[in-house]
Amino acid sequence: MAERLIEVRGLKVQFATEDGVVRAVDGVDFELGRGEVLGIVGESGSGKSVTAMTLLGLTKDTNTRFEGEILYKGRDVLQMNEAELQDVRGNEMSMIFQDPMTSLNPVYTIGAQICEAIQIHEKTQKGIARRRAIELLKQVGIPNADSRVDNYPHEFSGGMRQRAMIAMALACNPDVLIADEPTTALDVTIQAQIIELIDRLKDEFNSAVILITHDLGVVADVADSIIVMYAGRVVERAQTRSLFYDPQMPYTWGLLGSIPRLDRPKQERLHSIEGAPPSLIRAPAGCKFRPRCPHAFAKCMEEPGLENRVEEPTHLDRCWLSVAEKREVREATIRGEAA
Amino acid sequence: MLAFLIRRLIGAFLVLIAVSFITYLIFIKIPGGDPAPRIAGRTATEANIQDIREKLHLNDPFYSQYWAMMKSLFTGSLTSYSSQLNVVEQIKSGIPATFSLCIGAGAIWLFFGILVGLISAVKAGQWSDSVITVFALIGISLPVFWLGLMSRYVFAEDHPFSFLPDGEYVPLTQNPWQWFTHLLMPWLVLAVLFIGFYGRVLRSNILDTINEDYVRTAKAKGLPYRGVLVRHVLRNSLIPIVTLFGLDFAAVIGGSAILTETVFDLKGVGWYAAQAVQDLDLPPIMGVTIYATFFIVLFSVVVDLLYALLDPRIRPT
Repeated sequence: MAERLIEVRGLKVQFATEDGVVRAVDGVDFELGRGEVLGIVGESGSGKSVTAMTLLGLTKDTNTRFEGEILYKGRDVLQMNEAELQDVRGNEMSMIFQDPMTSLNPVYTIGAQICEAIQIHEKTQKGIARRRAIELLKQVGIPNADSRVDNYPHEFSGGMRQRAMIAMALACNPDVLIADEPTTALDVTIQAQIIELIDRLKDEFNSAVILITHDLGVVADVADSIIVMYAGRVVERAQTRSLFYDPQMPYTWGLLGSIPRLDRPKQERLHSIEGAPPSLIRAPAGCKFRPRCPHAFAKCMEEPGLENRVEEPTHLDRCWLSVAEKREVREATIRGEAA
Repeated sequence: MLAFLIRRLIGAFLVLIAVSFITYLIFIKIPGGDPAPRIAGRTATEANIQDIREKLHLNDPFYSQYWAMMKSLFTGSLTSYSSQLNVVEQIKSGIPATFSLCIGAGAIWLFFGILVGLISAVKAGQWSDSVITVFALIGISLPVFWLGLMSRYVFAEDHPFSFLPDGEYVPLTQNPWQWFTHLLMPWLVLAVLFIGFYGRVLRSNILDTINEDYVRTAKAKGLPYRGVLVRHVLRNSLIPIVTLFGLDFAAVIGGSAILTETVFDLKGVGWYAAQAVQDLDLPPIMGVTIYATFFIVLFSVVVDLLYALLDPRIRPT
């Protein structure tokens, strides 16, 4: 493994609300090395965004409780004070958000917002920061970057804004780039370009990437490894290849089944997972996916641990079904027949 | 940009005409609006009244009366029915007092309104926010005439603890210190209502803006809290305040600080307007109306220009 940048151990994030304690993240472990791409996949409300925001300490609040540790180059982010966090944010770890339409401040130019990111962390002159901003815009593929740098966000298209966001995130050459659903708000044709861009820049900037999405199709090509989250937990974790060829969690099957595919007959309906994600205040007993799982049986009332059950040693899952059983019913479930 | 300005100026002109015409129409249609019997006095004969009607052209069709009045107003020769004093001169003589009152009060309410809004938004949900909220609501609820009279009683009445002069306007050129001390109470009294109101509006603007995605982006860049608050939250939350201030300020400059001017005996434009309405004196009413409309229209153009300056999304290209 390359130089280890991030190591998350037993991360739990809980929000105290009027309705009760929301266990948004309930036991997440992973590590990330330089040059790697980690995909975090799950539905809305599975805790992936909270996990990402917590990596930057952005969920810190009086009503939030944390457990576990997030080691960034050996230092625990959860123990850092505000000044230390500010030093890390945008400088060593930076983030791209879901909606580029609203994630840029409408009253400042694109250039000003990129320069701001540079000047927070480096005491550079305005002119130098500006030249860097133009250079970054060129790198993310903005045409006429010299004049575009003075445009306001509303003068950019959605895809260009997301490129500008990426330029801003890369401004201080961060070790880790966290992309929280970077393509969800974009046209399908733009999605692939943005993912490709992130993948290319990762190599140019020698960074690691955490790519958060609800769409397994998005991460299939670029991620080295993938964790699948459900109800705040990691339910499956594997190398990308292993996850796609030998998925172990019925939930992962559901996600795989919901990707539109060209190699299937046209008249076949796109499969979706029945039901909705559980409440994070009162989660179901046992396996969290049990109420929606077509293969649930008596043992599922007891929660399975995240363990290695297949030949591939880095492939972990949380499911009581035997590997043989899974391999037998899997294809049908992915096609949406078993339910 | 030029086209925008020209369009706005033509619009402004039409508004002035419409407002003056409607004011005129309302006045001559209300019962007792006819000035002739009042000018003629108690013991007037029908002949006297007819004589006055003739002299003031009150028997002409109303549109020609309106035209004559507007003409004399803009040439500066319009005189009051009751006092026979020149209307334009009277308004001009009220302007120093009104401007002194409004500019001072405006600066105070804008500054403290922003301060109150900022503090209560930053401390939202904490006890200091609750305390500020209660005071803001009290401020909004206090009628100016009550607050004005009470503060005069407490600070300016003839007792050992009073330290401020009671009412009246002292020109700035005559004695700056006296000008200041005489205006201090009126400034604060006029500003109190606006401070409470602006504070509440800004507080909710800030609390809306603070949840915007671009604020999260600013935090994720590593910008310190203060920078996030000032550069991203406050900067964007203040845009609606500009509109509010432009129009409120235009209104008080235009003579709507009637209560404050009356309570503190500041003989400004608002005070003059109040007198004119009491006497049902049409020429000054028309004069003050045109004067007020002018400022409202002027400031709404200024607000539009400022808005375009502050928010690039609505800049005319």
